[in-house]
Amino acid sequence: MTVTTQTVTVTVDAVTVEVPAGTLIIRVAEMLGTAIPRFCDHPLLEPVAACRMCLVEIEGQGKPQPSCAVTVTDGMVIKTQHTSEMAEKAQAGVMEFLLINHPLDCPICDKGGECPLQNQAMTSGAGESRFTGVKRTFPKPINVSAQVLLDRERCVSCARCTRFADEIAGDPFIELLERGAKQQVGTSEDQPFDSYFSGNTIQICPVGALTSAKYRFRSRPFDLISTPSACEHCASGCALRTDVRRNTVMRRLAWDAPEVNEEWNCDKGRFAFPYTTEGRLTHPLVRDEDGNLVPASWPEAIRVAAAGLAKSGTATGVLTGGRVTVEDAQSYAGFARGVLGTPDVDFRARAVSSEETAFLANHVAGKGLDVTYGDLESAAAVLLVGFEPEDESPIVFLRLRKAALKNGTKVYSVAPYATAGLAKMKGKLLTAGPREEVATINGAAEFLANPNSIILVGERAAQTPGALSAVAELATKTGARLAWIPRRAGDRGALDAGLLPIGGRNTTEIISATGSAIKNLVIGGVGAEDVDGDLVAAIERASFVVSLETRHTDVTALADVVFPVAVVTEKRGTFRNWEGRDRSFDVVAPTPGALSDAAVLGEIARELGSEISVIDFWASAAKPALSAGAAENSTIGAGEAILSTWRHLLDKGTLQSGEPYLAATSRVAVVRVSPNTAQSLGLVDGGSASVTCCGNTATAPVIVTGGMVDGVVWVPANSEGSSLNIPSGCVVTVKAGGNA
Amino acid sequence: MTLTPVLTKYWDEADSYKISGYMRNGGYTAFKKAFATGPDEIINIVKDSGLRGRGGAGFPTGLKWSFVPQNDGKPHYLVVNADESEPGACKDIPLMMANPHSLIEGVIIAAYAMRANHAFIYIRGEVPHVFRRVNNAIREAYAAGYLGKNIMGSGFDLEVVLHAGAGAYICGEETALLDSLEGRRGQPRLKPPFPAVAGLYASPSCVNNVETIANIPYLINNGVDWFKSFGTEKSPGFKLFAVSGHVNRPGIYEAPLGITMRELLEHAGGVRDGKTVKFWLPGGSSVPMLTADLLDTPLTYEDIAAAGSMLGTGTPMIFDNTTSVVRAVTGWISFYKHESCGKCTPCREGTWWLSDVLHRFEAGHGTESDLDKLIDICAQIAGRSFCALGDAAATPFPAAMKYFRDEFVQATSTPANESYDPTASTIFAGATR
Amino acid sequence: MSLTENTRVQAREIMARYPQARSALLPMLHLVQAEEGYVSADGIALCADELALTTAEVAAVATFYTMYHRKPAGEYHIGVCINPGCGILGGDSIWEKLSARLGIGHDEVTADGKVSLERIECQAACTHAPVMTANWEFLDNMTPESAIEVVEKLVRGEEVMSTRGPHIRTFKENEFTLAGFDDGLVDFGESDEQMLAGLKRAKELGQSAPEAKQ
Repeated sequence: MTVTTQTVTVTVDAVTVEVPAGTLIIRVAEMLGTAIPRFCDHPLLEPVAACRMCLVEIEGQGKPQPSCAVTVTDGMVIKTQHTSEMAEKAQAGVMEFLLINHPLDCPICDKGGECPLQNQAMTSGAGESRFTGVKRTFPKPINVSAQVLLDRERCVSCARCTRFADEIAGDPFIELLERGAKQQVGTSEDQPFDSYFSGNTIQICPVGALTSAKYRFRSRPFDLISTPSACEHCASGCALRTDVRRNTVMRRLAWDAPEVNEEWNCDKGRFAFPYTTEGRLTHPLVRDEDGNLVPASWPEAIRVAAAGLAKSGTATGVLTGGRVTVEDAQSYAGFARGVLGTPDVDFRARAVSSEETAFLANHVAGKGLDVTYGDLESAAAVLLVGFEPEDESPIVFLRLRKAALKNGTKVYSVAPYATAGLAKMKGKLLTAGPREEVATINGAAEFLANPNSIILVGERAAQTPGALSAVAELATKTGARLAWIPRRAGDRGALDAGLLPIGGRNTTEIISATGSAIKNLVIGGVGAEDVDGDLVAAIERASFVVSLETRHTDVTALADVVFPVAVVTEKRGTFRNWEGRDRSFDVVAPTPGALSDAAVLGEIARELGSEISVIDFWASAAKPALSAGAAENSTIGAGEAILSTWRHLLDKGTLQSGEPYLAATSRVAVVRVSPNTAQSLGLVDGGSASVTCCGNTATAPVIVTGGMVDGVVWVPANSEGSSLNIPSGCVVTVKAGGNA
Repeated sequence: MTLTPVLTKYWDEADSYKISGYMRNGGYTAFKKAFATGPDEIINIVKDSGLRGRGGAGFPTGLKWSFVPQNDGKPHYLVVNADESEPGACKDIPLMMANPHSLIEGVIIAAYAMRANHAFIYIRGEVPHVFRRVNNAIREAYAAGYLGKNIMGSGFDLEVVLHAGAGAYICGEETALLDSLEGRRGQPRLKPPFPAVAGLYASPSCVNNVETIANIPYLINNGVDWFKSFGTEKSPGFKLFAVSGHVNRPGIYEAPLGITMRELLEHAGGVRDGKTVKFWLPGGSSVPMLTADLLDTPLTYEDIAAAGSMLGTGTPMIFDNTTSVVRAVTGWISFYKHESCGKCTPCREGTWWLSDVLHRFEAGHGTESDLDKLIDICAQIAGRSFCALGDAAATPFPAAMKYFRDEFVQATSTPANESYDPTASTIFAGATR
Repeated sequence: MSLTENTRVQAREIMARYPQARSALLPMLHLVQAEEGYVSADGIALCADELALTTAEVAAVATFYTMYHRKPAGEYHIGVCINPGCGILGGDSIWEKLSARLGIGHDEVTADGKVSLERIECQAACTHAPVMTANWEFLDNMTPESAIEVVEKLVRGEEVMSTRGPHIRTFKENEFTLAGFDDGLVDFGESDEQMLAGLKRAKELGQSAPEAKQ
């Protein structure tokens, strides 16, 4: 895209510069290193010029102007508080007004020490107040959500939070209420601030009005050691800042990465970190002669693991899960293929197919940085297949919403119903039930007629035989670019490292072959509940199982050797996000003895008399041809429906444990059916229904959803109120009633 | 200067508010003339007439109309500001009660000129009977074929909707009005974009005051020369002067711009017997007060400005020498505090602080240093707030200090109600009426 | 009364007046008050539902405007203008005496729910000061005595005429009018002394506007 930028010449405090026409004065000042105080201004929010703190003098204008809202024109001469008495006085006046009703509770306020109001009161305020009356007070604090607390008397009505909720997240559940001096931020009585992105409001609040239940009163900014880091939760690849006090993580903030997460992150990335300290494995464990797992020294555990694996190395299945770093993934790949000599490796801890294996090998693996967030923002059309961005990659959601709102990008989603997330992206539903998406995908070419179109395919597309082949074909036919967006932070890195079973068995096949063709298992961060197949039974059938884990799980309980490995805070490494962009992070809480997966595997390799070498797997891999898997037609009987499901962003995932305030903001499970299906199943809107499959049941309130495909029932997977954790497309029984 | 009833000429007829009364007296002829003249020429006529907006700011109406871009393919909207809420202003409400059809015909002509097919009349909510009168006028105009599709075979379509506000002075500010009309909090919008480019529903829009629009049929029917035969070069035309306060015959007096306050006061029967004019406000509480020695100032935009005030809404309030200026100013500041929308810091916090301090003065607890502080606070609001409400709030106190500083000094020790018996300033204090 | 399917029908009728439905929110909130006597949580939910807004967005609007009540208004909602133009001319005194007589203050309702009181700002009737309103109908040129008399008549169920408008109806009835529904009362009231002051004076003096030279 070529943009001809017109430039204008402006002068700020006697310094003349050339800047693009249309630049705001405050941004020009920033370019020059001139700090103009501000509260309501935020570069990613629309200007409102409400706080009036950034007033400057513009030559020829009788009154001071808000630099956050006035764009420069050619020849404009601007004087900030540094050179203009008018600007200086105006700013001092506004600061005095802001402070008359602001409490002097800085010593107990979370924001104290990193507070724009405090800092700017020092630079632009008077030493003493002329206000002698009684300050405005409010009962405090109020919960705008389980996680976000509001102290209204600290608020300066800058409206950053409400604008963020409305403009960026699309969740206008917090608003300015009342008027004048009584104006305050609040929610309605019956609806809390239900947003996956609520924590950003705390971060951008320029005073201490918004705080988190998690961090409130926990530490002082000047006691914190801050380290840039990368989020381990999903494939979005957010830059974070992790703040540590006495080697304990106190909080995480969204960090500035204009090309990725801009300045935002989701609440999972912000608040879900207590897992790093909770229930950790502290010692290697080895199974003794009586069959009990007992603590062992590192050398002993490594010796036992090496000896066990040496017996039948080539008959080992290696399951790594999607949470590994690029470095760890490379070690797993080198260890499996080089040291053990097994091709039976897979990073996919979920339902898989050989169609998907071929798709990933041919269309994703080793492609490097391809489709980017920036591309999404400027795309003409984006087609989503098997992918609900708000739940499955929230920063992609934010960028698509921005694209749709600012640039008119058309978003289309192949899905069984139009989600709230799709509405927030102004998207259009291309209706398709589970396992019936292929025809819809084939018919979507008309929406991708503009060459600047992109197809985003999620990992759930693998659940429909033929869907990934259809997507690949659609991309070829239309010229649309294609990107695959998995759910976990380590998926793309693992794929690129070669943890895909080319010429070997996939996750499901490894599980079923264990005890016969496969003797040993090496299992990284894979939970038994995640995979398609009975991993627990496979472990019981296996001759020898090595587990590398951070915490006690079903797998560690049954393994023969268990190695405690480092969590993200304890190691350095890299996650490769869905774009193929490397997101490196450093140690934030150095922990003696914490070893990464790679370090442990390296020790085992050495014990085996070998060495792990990083291989460029895709340079020589023989990519299997992509062919559509056989379609399976499910038929449903009375009282049955086809399940459609995915996980809410905030679910019962193990990395979210230990954070009750976050959990309390997770969306409650619902049962969605079309009006016709509701009628045939005897369900009523607002009533309750139970959805059962394979002995598991989800019971939740029914939402009759207009425009939804018939014969389908949607419930969230593995979420609060739903223990169902099976792929879409299964036939389930649905009954009215039951206790939610 | 003589009184010149134009808009008010037939208000004493029983059906003045009905289409029958309006048409009997020549109504609904101007729009036909306008249709025959063509939209661009109508804008030129309004420009040539020098008509200035009657809502308070006095911006040239024709110029404002000409800002609406033509042939841009977007819908255009005409919005009538019928939110009359300025303390002292009480001219649009009686006009809409007694002669709503002049407004409707003006709407037809204005909408036609700016190529708007949709007009809204945003009326404050607290006047149900005026709402009835205007809504009835709209219904009658539809029934007569003067509104709706293809009006009188002209090919021009116009829908008019009457919209009730719900209690917010700030909605008289045109961009706040637009937000309110869009179903939002009535807080003013950033400009640019100006309403003429992106107003209602982000489309080109023009917001005009009731009296301004009601002038239009008379202007079109009688011509520019006739219109300019009233008033002065810079302030042409006639005006509904609503005279209120301590006068013997408060009411609506229609006269050319340029009539002096003394003349108007005489028409209004002067102040009560034995009393003298203490201070007067030419057009609402948002303009600086003047004193008795300025009663000979002609009521024009330029002359009142030269005298140190503003014509504003052209609705003079007169207070006699029984009035405590401390009490009056405190009351007006309480009003601005109550009506501040809360959006910007100077107005939200400044009005709150001013009110806090002034109430202490009213109770006799002010200090001399507070006086400087109040002046400072006003200076910190004026010119720094988001919209003119802040400027208005910063007006009464400095103006009062200019003439009545002693009274504020007195209020550092004596409550206003002790310095000035509040009973004496009531209408029902035995004074003649 | 409570919100019914008919309320939704009327809400949609209001929405249909506008090119964009959200413009209907203010009149819809008047409609809610016509049914509920205040802006109830149910009313907020109804507006949110019909306009595809969050309840917070509706609450943000409802709490901005002073005519929307948070709790049920009295059957007769009485306003006394205390803005200086009225307050100094007698409004403050009327307020004191009326408030004392009723035993309620600003934004309060009598125990029987008949009367609520509000200190109101300028009603654009300064020529008629001191001004009161009953369910927003004008009660012009009031005195403390006439104020108390009017309110007591209303409480007793006697007919009270607005000085420029119809007889005083209930708060809910007038809110329905403000939602934009015709009530057939347009013909009440006539131009009064203050509205005609200038015209009368001009006639007395034989003054008039010049005719246009054709």
